[in-house]
Amino acid sequence: MTVSPDKVADLRRTAAELRWHIVAMMGPNMAHHFGGSLSAADIVTALYFYKMRYNPHDPGWPERDRFLMSKGHSVPAQYAALAMLGVFPQEELATLKQLGSRLQGHPAMHATPGLEGCTGALGEGLSYANGMALAARIRGLSYNVYCLLGDGELQEGQVWEAAMTAATHCLGSLVAIIDRNRLKAMDETRCGKLLDPLRERWASFGWAACEIDGHDVAAICDALDWADEQTQQPAVIIANTVKGKGVSFLEGQPQFHNAALSEEQFERALGEVEAALAVTEDR
Amino acid sequence: MPELTQTRYAYGEALLELGSQRTEVVVLDADLYKSTRTVLFRDAFPERFIDVGISEADMVSTAAGMAATGLIPFCNSFAMFITSICYLPIRTQIAYPGLPVKLVGSSAGLTQGPDGASHQSLEDIALMRILPNVAVVSPADEVETRQATFAIADWPGPVYMRLGRYPVPCLFDDGHRFEIGKATTLRDGGDVALLATGHMVCKALDAAELLARDRIEARVINISTIKPLDEAVVQKAASEAGLLVSVEEHSVIGGLGSAVAECVSGIANAPPLLRLGVRDAFGESGLADELLEKHRLTGQLIAADVRRALG
Repeated sequence: MTVSPDKVADLRRTAAELRWHIVAMMGPNMAHHFGGSLSAADIVTALYFYKMRYNPHDPGWPERDRFLMSKGHSVPAQYAALAMLGVFPQEELATLKQLGSRLQGHPAMHATPGLEGCTGALGEGLSYANGMALAARIRGLSYNVYCLLGDGELQEGQVWEAAMTAATHCLGSLVAIIDRNRLKAMDETRCGKLLDPLRERWASFGWAACEIDGHDVAAICDALDWADEQTQQPAVIIANTVKGKGVSFLEGQPQFHNAALSEEQFERALGEVEAALAVTEDR
Repeated sequence: MPELTQTRYAYGEALLELGSQRTEVVVLDADLYKSTRTVLFRDAFPERFIDVGISEADMVSTAAGMAATGLIPFCNSFAMFITSICYLPIRTQIAYPGLPVKLVGSSAGLTQGPDGASHQSLEDIALMRILPNVAVVSPADEVETRQATFAIADWPGPVYMRLGRYPVPCLFDDGHRFEIGKATTLRDGGDVALLATGHMVCKALDAAELLARDRIEARVINISTIKPLDEAVVQKAASEAGLLVSVEEHSVIGGLGSAVAECVSGIANAPPLLRLGVRDAFGESGLADELLEKHRLTGQLIAADVRRALG
């Protein structure tokens, strides 16, 4: 199945709106994870607005598809999607990381409606996603589980334990997506531990693996549809992305992994995402 | 001599029965199912048993995901491994959201024996006790272990249960009612109160028997839940006894002794507290009884330390 051109245009507009929310909720003068949130924006859009069986009026629906943000620092992208869907009010986005807010700096499932787990300490999410997929099998439910990991996160050994567990149990309902932006907190992801050849490594662990442009919404949708066909083994989508995508001076800049924008930088960033949104709405 | 049994055996049998009653109970293990006695559950309910292999952190994170989906997972390994290598996922994914994962650590303490320090867990109570939302249970015998297995399944949040492979006598009859958060007094006395947990409860009873010969009347309290601590029972002992003694097969730092100290620290005129256990040291290879002797955790040596403390 190929996603229709109209749907792709619609998703591009949604992704642009999601990016606007990410920048707007973060604001100036406080350190935020701009880079990873923006690089994940198109993936998160395709999941919530194209792929997942999800009822925003009932985020606890037992049959819902699950999305776990294993790279927990990018949760602002998920907060934006949940607010746009109406799981909680959009006005609440402005409370991000403030004392008393339901929107914690890293995902807290007990605080925020719509979150499936607690993450933030990297490397643990894929195991948790396995647990949700195994539970579906035990309970006779048919939902899919989507887990978004950072490429830097793959340096944590537990990810590879989980990769082996998923393959051992032939978790065909599980889809891992790698936000391959090639940057981590301090350096390029090739520092410390080499990740390449990444696709071959996943394949050798027993996963169906594909590689796409993680900012091409149509390609993301196609890859998610392709993952549906992998019923006998888990699927991984390596999504090549640009950290900070959508704000020119943040793109590919490791210093904006977690950093504060000045008032001037913030106005410029907001202007860029607003302009991008206007372009998609003009179409 | 009374018949002696290991608490892990009672656990394995109780888990099997629990599994037959409650289909939401699932069991995870990490290549130790014969040692942890989950083998009984494994053979009866293979579709609800997952051996993740030798990867304890993966096991507890997987269990967390299962718990989030309405199941009640029991995770199993040696006490040493299930509380240490998994500590971060236990904290982030289980304790923080309060998911009902049950962590069961077997072969706890010095009495793990010949395998030595790498396998002798002397810090597990401390590690689990400082995590918010986590209950810490340490049953004293087979009856209590069996009842605790059912009780922790009913408990709405995460639990760490500490089991061992040291043969202990049966202290309770079937009329005993284990309840999370409730301590039981096994023997009354006003001169000294011995607050013991797990394998050390029978040693405390032995010590009380020896002390009675010297006309020292010891109250023996079984602290089978270290968190939430039965503060009323501990505070009552503090107001009535001339000396408090905690006895645990664990470091004296952070475990039962620390929990008791925290509990009585606000009480004016509280009696002195003698904390018996492993004194900030690692274990070593040896027979269980040799190690208990070395660390002064036999009935005789506990009694001797109590006499000395009473002066």
